[in-house]
Amino acid sequence: MASKVIHAIYNDDDILMNAVKAVRKEHYHIDEVYTPFPVHGLDKAMGLEDTRIAICSFMYGCVGLAVAITMMNYIMIEDWPQNIGGKPSFSYIENMPAFVPIMFEMTVFFAAHLMVITFYMRSKLWPFKKAENPDVRTTDDHFLMAIDAGHHNVDEVSKFLSDTGAIEISLHDKEDDH
Amino acid sequence: MKEKKVMKERITKTKNNTNRRTKRIATDMEMYKLPNKVRIFAIACMLLGAIGFVTGYALTPKTIEDVKEIEASHHGDGHGGGHATTDSHGATTAHGGDHAEDAHGGDAHYEHVLHQMQNRPWSALYIASFFFFMIALGALAFYAIQHASQAGWSPVLFRVMEGITAYLPWASGIILILLLLSVFHVNHIFHWMDPELVNPESDHYDKLIDGKKGWLNTTGFLIRAVIYLAGFNAYRWLSRKWTLNQDTATDNRWFKKNFKLAAGFLVFFIYTESMMSWDWIMSFDPHWFSTLFGWYVFAGMMVSAITVIAMITIYLKSQGYLDFVNDSHIHDLAKFMFAFSIFWTYLWFSQFMLIWYANIPEEVTYFVTRIEDYKLPFFGMLAMNFIFPLLILMNSDYKRVNWFVIMAGIVILAGHYIDVFNMVMPGTVGTSWFIGLPELGSLLFFLGLFIFIVFTALTKAPLLAKGSPFMKESKHFHY
Repeated sequence: MASKVIHAIYNDDDILMNAVKAVRKEHYHIDEVYTPFPVHGLDKAMGLEDTRIAICSFMYGCVGLAVAITMMNYIMIEDWPQNIGGKPSFSYIENMPAFVPIMFEMTVFFAAHLMVITFYMRSKLWPFKKAENPDVRTTDDHFLMAIDAGHHNVDEVSKFLSDTGAIEISLHDKEDDH
Repeated sequence: MKEKKVMKERITKTKNNTNRRTKRIATDMEMYKLPNKVRIFAIACMLLGAIGFVTGYALTPKTIEDVKEIEASHHGDGHGGGHATTDSHGATTAHGGDHAEDAHGGDAHYEHVLHQMQNRPWSALYIASFFFFMIALGALAFYAIQHASQAGWSPVLFRVMEGITAYLPWASGIILILLLLSVFHVNHIFHWMDPELVNPESDHYDKLIDGKKGWLNTTGFLIRAVIYLAGFNAYRWLSRKWTLNQDTATDNRWFKKNFKLAAGFLVFFIYTESMMSWDWIMSFDPHWFSTLFGWYVFAGMMVSAITVIAMITIYLKSQGYLDFVNDSHIHDLAKFMFAFSIFWTYLWFSQFMLIWYANIPEEVTYFVTRIEDYKLPFFGMLAMNFIFPLLILMNSDYKRVNWFVIMAGIVILAGHYIDVFNMVMPGTVGTSWFIGLPELGSLLFFLGLFIFIVFTALTKAPLLAKGSPFMKESKHFHY
């Protein structure tokens, strides 16, 4: 028997937040919540793990800094030393202040771009990707909570969900491939 | 009923509480009482500081002979680059053929050093008093920003900020006295105040300083000082009065008035703060100028003030007060500490790099003297004010760990004291600097005074500015 998922639709973020808390209290498993805008505190209410993107960002920044240092050392000191403003470029450390803006920009550039790419890959987003969104109204003004039906009694769960303020409840087969 | 019982229990608990580890929680409206140990600590700091400063002052050389003795006893100590040059200077004059010129050159050097050494305790006093003045003024500006931006997160911290700004009138009075002493030539830390320098007949005539006479003259200097200080203190007095009025008001009238006042003050502040930093700091090097100096001083002021706000908040929380301040508030303060540390570094570097790159003699001497004669404090404070907070406060979780914030705060404050030291000392004492009795003494004295005034001010009003219309939002503030 294919596994089933219950879609509960809400039309207010506060009601949704309370519903999420209530559902978790009953130990039903929330697969995903689709919202038209970021709902503050929803990740904590759903019990999602903290994002690790900050650590990635730090590492990417370090890579950018290292690239900038190596690059400027190669360009300005080793490959083609130039005398700019009476500061002959025979020593990296003595010319370092001039390279600080480049070091800063490369750090920011690497951290920002690689972070965005990481986010896209982690969220499985790429061009021509089919939307995972189960209901188009979640891009407008509705909130959708997908609950794993599992071995629960579907009628009981539906009753419980409508008590939490859901305006629409429906049962679907789980799409296996996404 | 239940609440009453809890209260009763709490009271009996505190009464029987001999175990100091049990945390006592104060109710929202409980007034802060100045603990005896804080009072004793503050007074001890002031006494020790005063003794240290007076001793340091008494040990200042009075004549050229004293200087010669000191230099002889320090000879061969390897006392940094400055003394090395004096040595070579002394050596060339000593080996010079003409006897008369030799003696003259030698004495001129000793007289110069004597003036530097006599400036040292005054500079030390000035730096410490200005540093704590900066903290109070920075806290006032931060407070005004909270009002003007109608920030929702910060009203729970208003009374802590008001406590810190309570030091402002005292700091202003002390600064004004010190400036008056300089104007009346009791000390000579402001070199440009010497009337000989702008007298074309004199041997010491200085064309550059004469050219700046329109701004750098003692009359204008004093008038401006009074305007700045009057403006800062007027805002502090009115805003404090009006937030207290708002506590008992039935509508938001005082809140609205405070909003308008804060916006007006910020305009006044950003102009006067810039001019104040030219007058009171940049003019120690009267030949030199930097167009972003006001911002640079401002950044140091803000980071020190926010650090002190965070530290006092954490201290009061550890004593069981400020129950309504949660770790998200501390987190936000630590974010500000982090951000303003970066901002300070950004301005420091912007100032440094342009001057270093352009290499114009009249500008670059500022950094040449600092790097040659003040190498350790100059690079040390960069590490303390940039690298340390960058690494310690970068992690989001660390910003909620109170002792981490306190540790970072201590280093940041020490770093910014050294920053002010680096801004003032090279222009007043040159190579004859040291962090000794006068510096530590005056730092300790003003620390004691600051703690005494601030913590006394905290007892004067409830620690929750309950009238603020954003109070509910602030209490529930959650990162």
